[in-house]
Amino acid sequence: MPHFRDDGVVIRTYKLGEADRIVIIYTRGRGKIRAVAKGIRKTKSKFGARLDPASIVHIQCYEGRNLDIVTQVESREIFVDLRSNLDSFGRAAVLLEIVDQVAVESESNPALYKLLTGALAELNRSANPMVVPAFVAKVLALEGVQPYLDACVNCEATENIVALDISAGGVLCQDCRRGEPLSHEARQALLLVFDGQVRAALEMTSEKVVNELEGLSARMIEQHIERRLRTSDVLQQFH
Amino acid sequence: MSSYAKPVEILIDELGRLPGIGPKSAQRIAFHLLKVDPIDARRLSEAISDVKEKVSFCERCFNISEGAECTICNNPQRDQHVICVVEEPKDIAALEKTGSFKGRYHVLLGAINHLEGIGPDQLKIKELVLRVASEDITEVILCTNPNIEGEITASYLATKVLADFDVKVSRLASGLPVGGDLEYADELTLGRALEGRQTVG
Repeated sequence: MPHFRDDGVVIRTYKLGEADRIVIIYTRGRGKIRAVAKGIRKTKSKFGARLDPASIVHIQCYEGRNLDIVTQVESREIFVDLRSNLDSFGRAAVLLEIVDQVAVESESNPALYKLLTGALAELNRSANPMVVPAFVAKVLALEGVQPYLDACVNCEATENIVALDISAGGVLCQDCRRGEPLSHEARQALLLVFDGQVRAALEMTSEKVVNELEGLSARMIEQHIERRLRTSDVLQQFH
Repeated sequence: MSSYAKPVEILIDELGRLPGIGPKSAQRIAFHLLKVDPIDARRLSEAISDVKEKVSFCERCFNISEGAECTICNNPQRDQHVICVVEEPKDIAALEKTGSFKGRYHVLLGAINHLEGIGPDQLKIKELVLRVASEDITEVILCTNPNIEGEITASYLATKVLADFDVKVSRLASGLPVGGDLEYADELTLGRALEGRQTVG
């Protein structure tokens, strides 16, 4: 089976040689793949803008030994508004970096694929800052490292929850507190996400909750991937 | 393992570090150099050391230049009120070939690329702001690449950096390449071409 077809999200691209690019695509059926798009940097390339990061494409590839070779590309979603909005694209880049880090090559994960395409579509509608924290929480749940929010991980108290210890993986009460402070609203937002009520969580856009969860989610995912997020450092420069 | 004389081996190693040159090509070039006239070989080695000694970035526009300022910035015949912003010095060569632009340039030395960790602070954007503020500029033309990194850079410059100044900011048009078939155009390009259509007749 030398040729294969699949839907996928373009995660990132690298320049290769004179006019080619290596594209990393997160596909629905094959997980993360790396493929060469030949001649894509020439203005008359048949691929055009289709393989820009964050777009959803239907690709046909020729299976190579190390890298596959892209033979055809059709656009599924271009996300025109996401491309033209600095905040939306900056946040989309954070999602792409996270997927690039957690995804395993050639191992499909339909839940993660659906989560990514849904989050990108949401960012195309509006630059909602809650998309990134909600996405991080969902990814942590998929990875099996969802923080425990129901009761203090130390004494099992359910009242006066005030802190989140990322390395312990759960919340703490007033008496046992250590780690990061966690407000009642932020905890509610996270509980809504884990409860499947993402839409309701996305509406909690008060500046206080957003700032708190942006910081917390970045530290939680960095703890999980054991690396700093480059995209969120770049995002800081815009403010 | 290698049975060549030491200097030849060093030469092959060094050539092999160049982009696009593998060990086999490096060996072929090394043996070619062994065969050529010593004068030709010296000319090549002088060209390489000259370029490292004499060439630096232009202090004004960050184009590559032989002195403090590049030939374009030094040329009094060029329009000093228009700046064309490009990503790399290579892009200047491409624009100069068209012969349609008579102003000066500003090279950013890259584009905003979130996934590579390159933000506005890593580019020559502060220097562009200084020029716009001090040089009596009337128009800034954003000529970054028509890919997502270039577009994000252009939109950052237009909305966050240059919006505070009283200058006209324009962006390169994008549309269909001349000499191609419409059916192969991607949706984004074709959409832009439609938006930027012009009346005829």
